[in-house]
Amino acid sequence: MKTGDLAIQGAATRTGGIFLHARKLFRWETLLLAAILIDFAINTVMSPYFLSLWTISDVAVSVTEKAIVALAMAFVIIAGEIDISVGGTIALCSVVMGLVARAGLPLPLVVLSALAAGLACGCLNGLLIARLKVPSIVATIGTMTLFRGIAYAVMGDGVLKTYPAGFSWFGQGYVVGPISIELVLFVGLGVVAGAVLHYTPLGRRIIAIGSNPVASRMSGIAVDRVRFGLFVLVGVAAGLASVLLTSRLGSTRPSIGQGWELDIITIVILGGVSIDGGVGTIAGVALAALLMGLVNFGLGLLNVPGIVVSVVTGAMLIVVVAVPAALKRFGLAGGRR
Amino acid sequence: MPEPHTGMLATIRRLNLTREAGLFGLILLALALIAPLYPAFLRPANLSGLLDDTALLILLAVGEMLVLISRGVDLSIAANLALTGMIVASLNQAYPGIAVPVLILLAIAIGAALGAINGALIWLLRLPSIVVTLGTLSIYRGAVFLVSHGKWVNSNAMSPAFLGFVRLSFGGITMLTWVAVAVVAAIAFFLRATISGRNLFAAGNNPGASIYAGIDIGWMQFVAFTIAGAISGLAGYLWVSRFAVAYTDIASGFELQVIAACVIGGVSITGGVGTVAGVVLGALFLGVIKNALPLVGVSPFFQMAVSGLVITTAVIVNARGQKASVRRILEQPAL
Repeated sequence: MKTGDLAIQGAATRTGGIFLHARKLFRWETLLLAAILIDFAINTVMSPYFLSLWTISDVAVSVTEKAIVALAMAFVIIAGEIDISVGGTIALCSVVMGLVARAGLPLPLVVLSALAAGLACGCLNGLLIARLKVPSIVATIGTMTLFRGIAYAVMGDGVLKTYPAGFSWFGQGYVVGPISIELVLFVGLGVVAGAVLHYTPLGRRIIAIGSNPVASRMSGIAVDRVRFGLFVLVGVAAGLASVLLTSRLGSTRPSIGQGWELDIITIVILGGVSIDGGVGTIAGVALAALLMGLVNFGLGLLNVPGIVVSVVTGAMLIVVVAVPAALKRFGLAGGRR
Repeated sequence: MPEPHTGMLATIRRLNLTREAGLFGLILLALALIAPLYPAFLRPANLSGLLDDTALLILLAVGEMLVLISRGVDLSIAANLALTGMIVASLNQAYPGIAVPVLILLAIAIGAALGAINGALIWLLRLPSIVVTLGTLSIYRGAVFLVSHGKWVNSNAMSPAFLGFVRLSFGGITMLTWVAVAVVAAIAFFLRATISGRNLFAAGNNPGASIYAGIDIGWMQFVAFTIAGAISGLAGYLWVSRFAVAYTDIASGFELQVIAACVIGGVSITGGVGTVAGVVLGALFLGVIKNALPLVGVSPFFQMAVSGLVITTAVIVNARGQKASVRRILEQPAL
């Protein structure tokens, strides 16, 4: 009877518990930090070009756009949902922005149009999920195709690159020395995200929804309203990432940000957020983004092709979730059952 | 709840019937709208192309359905297809003497092994399937590049027998479609008539009760992922020989279309619910739309937007219908 109960519990909570237990042994963030230092050392030894302030600044730029969306995605995944449509949203926002810029409208409107398009995409997702009760993975698979499809329908095989003067500031500008606008923006947003998630009632509610949506509703949390808001948030974040990415590249093509959804979700999971919801920290996500940036950049310096880098990323993702699970299952004798 | 079962059961049966009948009606409606206006659609060459394209989607969707029923999701099937396809194409290029049946068996074995890697991580370490297959998606896709060094295997490097198998025709229907029919029949038999098949439904429906009933739900997931992998491997050979080319990016992103076909066909993303007939119809629906768009004169750049609209709409309709008609076999009287 007793073992039966435990088995059911194990089956029901699955990996939600794994992270919790691993946390008792060692903090996830400490491990990430160690991995970052190791990779930093490896990069320094392997490439003579790595150890310079400007190179390290480039590391940040190469991953910041994904990291900004990852911050919002962390909220969504902690709340027990997922958004596969972010890559499509980035493309659609970039196209809207490109059209607004071509029409000759001023810079602030160009940027606002991308954020507004992201907001609209997020609202559609939120409506499907919170209102029409479509499971988020299914809904966003549909809207992913829809958003990118609209981008292709509008653009064809064309390219939009008539952006107003000063637009390149967002993706290519620096605040002081090698500290880029993108980096400052990410750090600022990261601090806000961390404060909201870990120190406000709203943050606690989001974690509660991810842990147990039914109990959360019973205890008076407007679950669907929060869910809707989170999808809007991730849409706006994708809009912002679209501004930065388009500004950095200097042009819009409908294939922009292709496959980014997987990289962004990988950063979030790597950061110790449980895919089952209810568990995760913003510090972990930020460190995971830094680690991913360092690994990608280090391999890039060694002329490793991008597709091979994705093998390393994929392996990292699995190892990072498998090791604590394996320790728990095989290492800590009698830990289970 | 002992009393309302008979009434509820009848309603549920009716709903399930209408879902598949409705989908079938929708496909017929699409055909009825397209065929008179665009007679080219009904040309044998076009119809056989439609069947061949859809056969690949049906194969993968039936495999994905098993995984979805077990409460998992497999994002790596298209990468599995690409890797297996590249391996058999490269083997054929290097050793044209290897018989095609041997290569097909090899493709099934490699695909099953790749699926079993997913399954083992999920079964033994209890990792969430979406995380595992997100990782193996990148790894398998990158492995295609490592195996091929980024080179393409073109049709002139493939032996005539390698290319010919899928094009053999029986009764006007290609071998590719017959293979899909055979796999669909086998999976339907597995789900309906074997103990493992019933256990798979039970494990996905109600894991807690399944454990009390003596079903190892982790093992059932392992089985589902391995079969899905084997089907992906088989589809890998079929894909490269049908399109007569193998390269790193083949079928990139196809996994999402496969999941869409399953959802449109009435498979529940939360496990335990799905029928082979529904999935076949779901895939056929997507296949007909995809095949008809260029004929109707929709620009290629608009096709993705239209597919997106169709998928999103179908998904909303289905997800809403599902709430009323979730079939839970463990709560039914003895079958």
